[in-house]
Amino acid sequence: MAARQGGPGPRRGGGPGGAMMRGGEKPKDIKATLSKFLKYLGKYKIGIALIIILSVAASLFNIAGPKLLGNATDVIYNSVSKSLSTGIIEIDYAALKKIVLTLVGLYLLSYIFSVIRGLTMSGIANNITYQFRKDIDEKINRLPLSYFDTTSTGDVLSRMTNDVDSISQSIRETITELVSSFIAILGTVAMMLTISPKLTAIAIIMIPINLFIIMNIVKISQPLYRKQQRSLGKVNGHIEEMMSNHIIVKSFNLEEKSIAEFSKHSDELYNNAWKSAIASRMMMPITNFIGNAGYVLVCILGAKMAVSGEITVGNIQSFVQYIRRFNQPVQQISNVMTMLQSSLACSERIFEFLDAPEEEPDTENPHETRSIIGNVEFKNVTFGYTPEETVIDNFNLDVHPGEKVAIVGPTGAGKTTIVKLLMRFYELNGGSITIDGIDIRDFARNDLREMFGMVLQDTWLFKGSIRDNIMYSKPERSEDEMIMAAKRSHVHHFVSSLPSGYDFELNEETSNISQGQKQLITIARAFLQNPKILILDEATSSVDTRTEVAIQKAMQNLMKDRTSFIIAHRLSTIRDADKIIVMNGGRIVEVGNHRQLLKRGGFYANLYKSQFENT
Amino acid sequence: MKHLLKHNKPYIPLIIGVIFALCLQAYTNLTLPNIMSDIVNVGIQGYTAQIETAVGAEKEALIARQQSYILKTGLKMLGVSVLVSLAGLLSQFFSARWGAGLSRDLRKTVFTKIESFSGVEFDKFSTASLITRTTNDINAIQMITTMGMRMMIFAPIMGFGAIFMAVKKAPSMAWINALCVLLVACVMTIMFKVVSPKFLVIQKIVDKLNLIARESLSGLLVVRAFSTQKYEQDRYDETNREFKEVNLFVNRATSLLNPAMGLFNTLIPVLIVWVGAGRIAQSKLLVGDMMAFIQYSANIMQAFMMVSSMFVMAPRALVSLKRIGEVLDTENEITEKENTIPVLSDRCSVEFKDVSFAYPNSDGYAIEDISFTVNPGEITAVIGSTGCGKTSMVNLIPRLYDVSKGSVSINGVDVRDMAFDNLRSLIGYVPQKSSLLSGTINSNMLRVKPDATQEEIKKACEIAQAADFIEKLPERYDAPVSAGGSNFSGGQKQRLCIARAVLKKSPIYIFDDSFSALDFTTDLNLRKALKENLSDSAIIIIGQRVSSIMNSEQIIVMDEGKIVGKGMHGELLKTCEQYREIAYSQLEEEV
Repeated sequence: MAARQGGPGPRRGGGPGGAMMRGGEKPKDIKATLSKFLKYLGKYKIGIALIIILSVAASLFNIAGPKLLGNATDVIYNSVSKSLSTGIIEIDYAALKKIVLTLVGLYLLSYIFSVIRGLTMSGIANNITYQFRKDIDEKINRLPLSYFDTTSTGDVLSRMTNDVDSISQSIRETITELVSSFIAILGTVAMMLTISPKLTAIAIIMIPINLFIIMNIVKISQPLYRKQQRSLGKVNGHIEEMMSNHIIVKSFNLEEKSIAEFSKHSDELYNNAWKSAIASRMMMPITNFIGNAGYVLVCILGAKMAVSGEITVGNIQSFVQYIRRFNQPVQQISNVMTMLQSSLACSERIFEFLDAPEEEPDTENPHETRSIIGNVEFKNVTFGYTPEETVIDNFNLDVHPGEKVAIVGPTGAGKTTIVKLLMRFYELNGGSITIDGIDIRDFARNDLREMFGMVLQDTWLFKGSIRDNIMYSKPERSEDEMIMAAKRSHVHHFVSSLPSGYDFELNEETSNISQGQKQLITIARAFLQNPKILILDEATSSVDTRTEVAIQKAMQNLMKDRTSFIIAHRLSTIRDADKIIVMNGGRIVEVGNHRQLLKRGGFYANLYKSQFENT
Repeated sequence: MKHLLKHNKPYIPLIIGVIFALCLQAYTNLTLPNIMSDIVNVGIQGYTAQIETAVGAEKEALIARQQSYILKTGLKMLGVSVLVSLAGLLSQFFSARWGAGLSRDLRKTVFTKIESFSGVEFDKFSTASLITRTTNDINAIQMITTMGMRMMIFAPIMGFGAIFMAVKKAPSMAWINALCVLLVACVMTIMFKVVSPKFLVIQKIVDKLNLIARESLSGLLVVRAFSTQKYEQDRYDETNREFKEVNLFVNRATSLLNPAMGLFNTLIPVLIVWVGAGRIAQSKLLVGDMMAFIQYSANIMQAFMMVSSMFVMAPRALVSLKRIGEVLDTENEITEKENTIPVLSDRCSVEFKDVSFAYPNSDGYAIEDISFTVNPGEITAVIGSTGCGKTSMVNLIPRLYDVSKGSVSINGVDVRDMAFDNLRSLIGYVPQKSSLLSGTINSNMLRVKPDATQEEIKKACEIAQAADFIEKLPERYDAPVSAGGSNFSGGQKQRLCIARAVLKKSPIYIFDDSFSALDFTTDLNLRKALKENLSDSAIIIIGQRVSSIMNSEQIIVMDEGKIVGKGMHGELLKTCEQYREIAYSQLEEEV
């Protein structure tokens, strides 16, 4: 059983209808995906060979069963027939015992084989699933950040959970099923032939009839199923939308309209749902009937043949069992093929992710960072998130050690771009960025990033103790150093008032401390890290005034004697900055200090005035 | 449960139909082996015995009679199997309509109920939970009614029917049937006790695994900035490994148990043949009956497997049912009075008089002793730190919550004495979280004012400073809006929400922190436009930026649920310490 991802995913909508009805998605390039997938399986060659052999053996043993059981019936029947002349029924117990023991032996062996096969399979499937997840997780860290500009978190997560689950299930079920069904069909036909070619012909005629009916039912039911899923999507979408906007619904008096719209969607769903349900479930009774018809034909014909001595009564019994088994694998194979197809589509999505181009490797002889003092220089820097659009064009700026650079601009102006380039999250299209004259590409990425301390608006904390969160980047520091950092960042004060102090556990949403406190913790983190260069985001929109004062003081402490890049929101910061980079619409529009920029009367001057002009 | 019964009422004829069809299906299904045993017992064995002793013409006649008997009985079998299939189709038809209808009705009742909820009930359940209750839980109930109920009805009929038939055929071998049931029960019990609990564990680990993956994805930048990729990978790996172990256990257990079922299925007939041989030797059993017995024992096992799988499904459905019951049983806290007082005016004033409010299940008041008046044509600004009760306060005006003490009144009429329609038609509300509905810009606007002309919409968007960016869109006012407005930036969403409220032309406006994502220039222009165009309305603005509220006619400063300052900017700078603190931190001393 694959455990599916929980949580609200109503759009996915699990309506009634078998896997077969869903039709599944198709992979784009079957060959390439299959060969990559086989590479993953390659490690388990021996195991898979064992599974195939065991599957073959188990199904062969199983197939032999009905024939032998029929023989047992014959032994009894013949004794009874013989007794008609003598009047005394004498059963050939020796023969019967032999058959029964053989049967028990065969079935037990078949069971043992199935168990071994199942155990091996679980091992392989779970190892592969584990490996897939591990590979994806590690891949996340090797991909350039730009990859995630075009791929959503949800998309990656879905590959990690749903797609991998689907593959795991498919590995566990398809290989065995495919082999067993195949053997079952061949074996059953062979056994039936040994009983009676005439009767076998009947059974074989049933296959195309059966397939024809199945295909026609699928043709009717699949569009209906799709229609049902579409209307289910509409209903669920409406529910989700109305409930997440409940305040709007209430305050604009939209309840009745919303219910009316809901009823419309819901009636449509009702109509499609029952039609689809009937269409898809028509299959069972109809194919059952075909099966039964075959069964009856065999009984009639078989009886006649038994009378004429062509076959025995036991043969009829065996044949009836075979014909019942015969239809199953045919349907099974078509199920498995659908499943295989959709799981190939899943693996294609996974491989697409695993094969995405990675970050350029680090330089071979990376520079030392110990003696860096923090002189940052941008030289003719040109950059664009996409090749078509250049957002930074030939940008030059020299930042001396200890200077403060303010980055200002309206929301959405791309203020973090500079930060991302500095830390080499993105590669430049032209020019260079140097630190103390050394190109950032000549450092190892991790060394480079360790030179920077970051305090962003989007405080990233995780479930765990406050201590773990502060020591996140420097787990090797001592408790004293940690407390020192906490004191300088005004964290110590509020931690002292918590019941368990630094052991206080943040919950999953990290919602059990305030936004401002979270920000203070990230400042403490930066203190502990003691970086050469700082990157700060001043935005504290959802923080109360007192905490804001604390944050401001902590940030000022932190900035002392460090080169700082500040995404600035506060006038004082901007005015005191040595350099101001003004951004708008993703581009750098002006560079200079407060006085120079005001004098120029450009974008910055307007921005500045609008804040302090009276209505 | 009572809700389920109530909703099933209109479907009683259908349910009777389902039961009837299923009975027919089970009955006809069970007669098939019986007829087959006739063919063997009478058709083959009986006639053959007579034929062997007969001679001459009598023998010829007997052979002809045998042939026709076999054919006749065979055709009877065929007829019965047509009936089986027809009964099957019929039961599917009834149960499909029943399940679809039941879930439609249930879904509508739940949805209508939730639409009547106020903030109090939404807080109690949480929005996400209400959504899953209306979608996933109802789906689960639909599944159980259409598939489960069918099984629930069919399996016992089939099971007991097969036992009855089997015992009738060979009473002395009844113990084999008991053995069948016992074996199935054993396997199912092990499944239930050992494997099922692990599914809960798996679900928990899956959640944890997703949480870690989500964390490292959302913290991509930070992880790299701190170079802690290794740490994150180890964290994920640990859980991934744990996940593998539990899954392995479950898969292995099922690998042991599932083939066991198959083993019983194959060994039981062998046992029957062995035991049957002895009975036949004593002339207590006919060969055909033994063959029928084998079929019946297969039917019995099948039926019991169905019943036990119901035991796996039922608890889940019961949980869903309970969750839906909780929604339907909730009494709405905020209701309309029977005799309401209408307020019909284009100029309204809002008065808070000694208002205190506490959220249900919380000890302290969220706001306490609030008194102030908002006059038409004036802007009243509310400022204060997060969590000081600003939003809680304005939520009392459209009765998203009700006051605990004191009163909120419009033109002297307590809001609790007004009809919901009336009250809410007076208020243009822009909530903190911008909420747009999927559709187009126009459809969002038309929702609140269906008869608005394109000119009016354009005008409203101009006032809200939204016209500029809308005009730049290729489809302009018909530009698509995805759910939650996710294809617009924060600032654009806020302006669209403001436009929607402006379009409604209300005597009272509430802007709850609705300018926060706007840059200073847009903020300024917007405030100017609002002042000019909504000159008759009473406006309440909740804000964080001193610069955007400092020109209001009245500023209310809140701290920890209480009003600590009330007045105009200049006044407050002198008299209110909290206000001064906020103002200085934002504007610096030069102000």
